[in-house]
Amino acid sequence: MTPPPSTIRAATEWLSARARWHPLEIVFWLAAFAAIYLLPDSHLILTEIAWLGLFALSLDLILGYAGIISLGHAAFFGFGAYTAALLAKHEIINEPVLALLVAGFAAMALGFVTSFLVLRGSDLTRLMVTLGVALLLRELANRYGWLTGGADGLQGVIIKPVLGMFRFDMFGHTGYIYCLTVLFFLFLIARRLVNSPFGLSLMSVKGNPLRSSAIGISVDARLVAIYTVAAGYAGIAGALLAQTTAFASLEVFSFDRSADLLLVLIIGGAGYLYGGLIGAIIFKFMQDYLSVLTPQYWPFWIGLVLVVIVLVGRDRITSWTAPFRRVAARLNWQALARRVAASSTERH
Amino acid sequence: MLTILFDGIAYGMLLFVLASGLAVTLGLMNFVNLAHGAFAMAGGYVTVVLVNRLGVPFLASLPLAFLVSAILGIILERTLYVHVYKKPHLDQVLFTIGLVFMSVAAVDYVMGSSQVFARIPSVLQGQFIVFGIGVGRYRLLIIVICGLLTVGLQFILSGTRFGSRLRAAVDDQRVASGLGINVNRVFAFTFAFGSGLAGLGGALGVEILGLDPTFPLKFMIYFLIVVTVGGTSSITGPFLASLLLGIGDVAGKYYVPTLGTFVIYTIMIVVLIWRPQGLFSRAASR
Amino acid sequence: MTVVLETIDLAKRFSGIIAANNISLQIAKGARHALIGPNGAGKTTLINLLTGVLRPTGGRILLDGEDITNLPTHKRVRLGIVRTFQINQLFSELTPLETIGLAVSERRGQGLDWWRIVGSRSDLVTEVVEILERFHLTDVIDKRTAVLPYGKQRLLEIAVAIACRPRVLLLDEPAAGVPEDERHEILAAVAALPNDVSVLLIEHDMDIVFSFADRISVLVNGALFVEGSPEEVANDARVKAVYLGEEAVDA
Repeated sequence: MTPPPSTIRAATEWLSARARWHPLEIVFWLAAFAAIYLLPDSHLILTEIAWLGLFALSLDLILGYAGIISLGHAAFFGFGAYTAALLAKHEIINEPVLALLVAGFAAMALGFVTSFLVLRGSDLTRLMVTLGVALLLRELANRYGWLTGGADGLQGVIIKPVLGMFRFDMFGHTGYIYCLTVLFFLFLIARRLVNSPFGLSLMSVKGNPLRSSAIGISVDARLVAIYTVAAGYAGIAGALLAQTTAFASLEVFSFDRSADLLLVLIIGGAGYLYGGLIGAIIFKFMQDYLSVLTPQYWPFWIGLVLVVIVLVGRDRITSWTAPFRRVAARLNWQALARRVAASSTERH
Repeated sequence: MLTILFDGIAYGMLLFVLASGLAVTLGLMNFVNLAHGAFAMAGGYVTVVLVNRLGVPFLASLPLAFLVSAILGIILERTLYVHVYKKPHLDQVLFTIGLVFMSVAAVDYVMGSSQVFARIPSVLQGQFIVFGIGVGRYRLLIIVICGLLTVGLQFILSGTRFGSRLRAAVDDQRVASGLGINVNRVFAFTFAFGSGLAGLGGALGVEILGLDPTFPLKFMIYFLIVVTVGGTSSITGPFLASLLLGIGDVAGKYYVPTLGTFVIYTIMIVVLIWRPQGLFSRAASR
Repeated sequence: MTVVLETIDLAKRFSGIIAANNISLQIAKGARHALIGPNGAGKTTLINLLTGVLRPTGGRILLDGEDITNLPTHKRVRLGIVRTFQINQLFSELTPLETIGLAVSERRGQGLDWWRIVGSRSDLVTEVVEILERFHLTDVIDKRTAVLPYGKQRLLEIAVAIACRPRVLLLDEPAAGVPEDERHEILAAVAALPNDVSVLLIEHDMDIVFSFADRISVLVNGALFVEGSPEEVANDARVKAVYLGEEAVDA
């Protein structure tokens, strides 16, 4: 008794609805790439937004999709940053893209090794363990100053031109194009991943791990997998920072960085991939504005924002993007095209 | 070596007084309060201001440090924290991190960012030698005060009616309020008391731990280690965990100075992998 | 009779409380086996032990003669032991389409596929829609599980289990909490289960038990009390004594 083809078609459409490109997404990326030509004076801050957005995207993968609360995601960020900086300084790998890949894999390895720590225990245990790992790395970087430059940071890092052709400049032109391209490429992969059967299983694990194992999903294995991938993304973000600033210091591992990252993701909203990117934009402009006003005390305002967001309610905050998403759904080009085709056949 | 043990015990007991409030709040309300260190910082600064600027005797400033922190605790609890109790853990984490940032920046603005010291009465300075061990007078005071507090806490919890109401509310809120226990008042009072203890610990700790506006951030990890390793189902768990941490930290810094705090973090991670519910808690087995 | 699932002296102790007391149970292939007993007798505990949610403190579990006592839950599901939960355990943010889709995709070993878009395999979608039709869920196919009426959620709970193509299906009070007018759908779904699936049913409603089962085991205080065909159990004086208290309360 096979179901009617129309039902199957409808079901297929519903299932793949999440994966369809909304027009607003296309607008977003067009704008991002257009900024290369239209906003040349802002390339420095846009570069920062790009790698910060990637960093937040990596947190979204584990927090928004798998439900792991981490207070130490900076561990992977910093590990990637130092790897890239050291590779350049000691001229082990001179080409930035290659160094980027190596840094990413190094961070992935670290993520894999530490993933087992976040499998067991409550939310608090996970917080502790992730925080502990990040602080541990900071301590290690501090102690081994002969390698990392210690508290002063790693000096004398020179980044060679990207692909041997595009030299990094003071205005961030190369930097922005480089970071944006990397971000876009990794975003595409992440987008594919969360809309796949694997991504769906992550959402199920986050929602109800008991039920997930009852349908044959190995919860631990899935969490290890996404944690590893997210660590790699964070490591690449850190490497981008190191490469675009030719510098790395202990502060890449700091608690402040992990805490700021949580804020970035929460401002934009977790669980739909764009939250980290939107949050990065808002956060950077907010930071820019506030540190001009009160250079020393801007953490106060950041703290205030966090408190207000929680008191008002995270759902109410992210609901401001809901009207946009509704409009995007109505503007679904495919549906529009079909309606146009249907109405034109009616007329003839 | 025994001096190190002595110093470690003093450090550990200080940590216990500081962290006990957090352990109770976590066990009681399942609330992750990362801003606990801010109350300790408040107590520390109260003592510094009272002793250095107003000439109040050090020992007299201690109860005042407790009081100010407790009052601060009640005010914040009734106005802000109460809205966040029912929210998911992530929200509680974000909220309390926000409070930490605000308090650190605020204190930086008001008191300046350099480290401050409190003038300790000369009778508490120095040490006397007992059986060849150097017994620091100030550290001895800490051990005495903290020891009394620990015994007092244990007594309150197991010997008084308030204690049994508290334990009932921890076990099952709904049943407890069904029995006529005003759970909200128990929470508020406990929160205030825990904050007060933190303030007292902060005041005592100015001399040993150092005090500057970044105190809540620097010591957050220590408090968290105490409550996660010690578990929240008893007083003895965090107590033993604090001692372990205190002795471990002092001994580590002395014997293996190149690794220092590295040792603490590694111990914590190892313990949490081995027993995620804490080393000493009475969690039921699967 | 071939035994598909059996336990040998299965025991579970929780610091002083004996939840399972040396249970030796055998489920035959194709069985319609009911497990009954007063509240707190340990029926759900037994299901939790069989599925690996709880680790036993003693005894063994054999599936087709293979020892599975130490296998984790998800591996047992892969071997064909599937259960439903007494209180619905569903994915509140996913739709029935996605839920069944996930179960089928996992069963087919495509769960780690991170490149394909969900819904691009038409044979998978066909199977999913088939299952949803069978359980009368096509009218709510695209609604979030959280907004479904309880009866539909209960049907989904059973549908998910069936989507895993179980060899042994453990149903924990499938009709529990379902309003009177929606019960018949649940019961029809249970009655329509394929013959090669061996079913262990926990139920309180004796009408359902006696119309469904070809074999009944009675569990009291964690131990197997009486076992036999429905007629034997119905006429057993000891069973009546155990239940007499309950019936008096109900009436």
